[in-house]
Amino acid sequence: MRDVAIIGVGETPFGELWERSFRDLGIEAGLKAIQDAKIGSDDIDAVYIGNMSAGKFIDQEHVAALVADYAGLADRHLPTVRVEGGGACGALALFQARLAIASGMYDIVVVGGAEKMTDVGDVQAAEILAGTADQEWESVFGATFAGLYAMMARRHMHEYGTRREHLAAVAVKNHKNGSLNPNAQFQREITMETVLQAPWVAEPLGLFDCAPLSDGAAAVVLCAMERARSFTDAPIRILGSGQASDFLALHDRRSLTAMDATTEAGARALKQAKLAPKDVQVAEVHDNFTITEILAIEDLGFVEKGKGGPATLDGVTALNGKVSVNPSGGLKARGQPVGATGVAQAVEIVRQLRGEAGKRQVVGAKHGLTHTLGGTGATAVVHIFGRAD
Amino acid sequence: MKVGIVSYGGYIPRYRITPKDIGAVWGSDGEAMGRALNIRSKSIPAPDEDVITISVEAARAAMAKVEIDPTDIGAIYVGSESHPYAVKPTATVVAEAIGAAPVLTAADFEFACKAGTAAIQTCMGLTLSKMYRYGLAIGADTSQGAPGDALEYSASAGGAAIVIGTEGVVADIDHTISYTTDTPDFWRREGQRYPSHGGRFTGEPAYFKHVLSCAQLLFKRAGTKPEDYDYAVFHQPNGKFPVRAGKQLGFKEGQLDKGLLVRDIGNTYSGAILLGLAAILDVADPGDRIFAVGYGSGAGSDGFDITVTEEIRRLKRAGPSIQDMIQDAKFVDYATYAKFRGKIHLGEAAA
Repeated sequence: MRDVAIIGVGETPFGELWERSFRDLGIEAGLKAIQDAKIGSDDIDAVYIGNMSAGKFIDQEHVAALVADYAGLADRHLPTVRVEGGGACGALALFQARLAIASGMYDIVVVGGAEKMTDVGDVQAAEILAGTADQEWESVFGATFAGLYAMMARRHMHEYGTRREHLAAVAVKNHKNGSLNPNAQFQREITMETVLQAPWVAEPLGLFDCAPLSDGAAAVVLCAMERARSFTDAPIRILGSGQASDFLALHDRRSLTAMDATTEAGARALKQAKLAPKDVQVAEVHDNFTITEILAIEDLGFVEKGKGGPATLDGVTALNGKVSVNPSGGLKARGQPVGATGVAQAVEIVRQLRGEAGKRQVVGAKHGLTHTLGGTGATAVVHIFGRAD
Repeated sequence: MKVGIVSYGGYIPRYRITPKDIGAVWGSDGEAMGRALNIRSKSIPAPDEDVITISVEAARAAMAKVEIDPTDIGAIYVGSESHPYAVKPTATVVAEAIGAAPVLTAADFEFACKAGTAAIQTCMGLTLSKMYRYGLAIGADTSQGAPGDALEYSASAGGAAIVIGTEGVVADIDHTISYTTDTPDFWRREGQRYPSHGGRFTGEPAYFKHVLSCAQLLFKRAGTKPEDYDYAVFHQPNGKFPVRAGKQLGFKEGQLDKGLLVRDIGNTYSGAILLGLAAILDVADPGDRIFAVGYGSGAGSDGFDITVTEEIRRLKRAGPSIQDMIQDAKFVDYATYAKFRGKIHLGEAAA
């Protein structure tokens, strides 16, 4: 397998971008990544797009060809691929593109992730998101995403003594990080009190325990390592990638308080990278709800099972803590345009490893990790990145 | 020659319900909702009240303040999104009720919450051109919010009538300007009982974009700045939006307070800005300047730069003021509210 590196990154601001269309966002992120990589359109061999549900959000399918077309690449007749895997689709697109280069098929691939979620009402958006749970056994009976994650939180509280303050600490930390990210949807710090006093969404998850609905796009340019240095002095190498799946419905899983797909994907990626969790200084993990981040840092091995809440409250995962988790603000504060998530996480890790993260820079970041979930954890994707020097 | 407000009158149904009582029915924290919307209570029309009765009450209150021959009113326009009839005007009933019929023109207007201000602008043109001596512009609503929807906490009832002309003007309308785009933030199709809305889309790209843009254009046209005004009033779908818009433009709380009725009576839709303006005129002195910007979904804003004249002292103040009507409140529970608003389905009694 050939080594693969990221040579360019780009993203749009995330938020309720009423005046921006899906194609508009996709093009902005893609062009920024291409400019950052200093490549020309003739250099591109293929385009991979992560997108969850453009068909339902904006009545537009076939978005990979669309993005290539509107990026001015139509007359190059490139192979274009859309990848779907619930909330993990951006990370999956990155995974597939890496394989395509590693196989020797392509040398340079642009990977984009985009979602335009605010063209529908919030109730409809919640229903569309619930489509990544089990439609026949969960969603159709009225289970919402927040409801399913609330059950995990409730069980975690029961088994490990996790308290609402522990959950809230995730939101407080990620909003603080988001305040340092000029592209974040929420750039305002919040207090523990604000989180605890917010109205319930699904008890024990309140309004501030939930990531928002967002519009946004992100893109990276992947390149065979052997050619990467002809474009940049600081290629960021993909050291390992792991993907795993699990039972689609929450009630079929082995546990409500551990995501086996995360554990498997993390172990596979770390093994490939020949690293241990302690070697990772910075991680972007899936925090669509506060409980999700707690489960992620446990299942990825950053903290002991059951200790994710107290560790977060103690600052273990704070910016420049033992491991800096979600320095971008995460899905919680940077925003959650679903298809863009996995790619945006990679963009953040690349910036961190290049030392270009500004006020939220993790000092001495050598290895970074992204963790992205689909549904309630039926798909998990983990990528590990390192500087190539 | 100056055109402006010759008289005005308002009407607010006396029944009220609190957000707490609404929330209790739907398992929501109504008090928190009330705080979020900055609404303490909203008005409810009695079973025998509708946009026609509210318009007539407001028009009569306006006519009672002045010695105007009603037959000199050449045009009546009623702006509302809850006209009792889809086909058959509200304005003709008002015309008959105040004795302005039959030699006049009349029509109903619809532009979501700003149909009343559109009626004012129309009357300004008609009277300034001398086509008619006076015009009567009314904005009134018994607005609809689907049971359990966020709108139910604010959608209320009320209206105001403004006599427009060039003689005996109590408040000059020095400038007016409008800002209109096609923005689908809130709508109700023919035959639908309750409106649909775009949730958070009704804020930034809808209300704020239009109100703030219109206000800036009005400042520019009038050559004024916020501190030149004694009062400012904006369309008030809740207690938060107009305050935020006002402060963003540079107005202070003291300028906004008198016209901010939504906290006690809710969102009276087409009636909202006109009632706010009426409440200000109730207390304004000659020379006072008023900055008013309405908003209607769909979407547009009408702005008015107003100066109160000496004539305001000559108005007869026999009836209740807008504040009197706000204070004269009778609180009812949700069941009574549901009955009043026709939300209870009455089946045939079993024999």
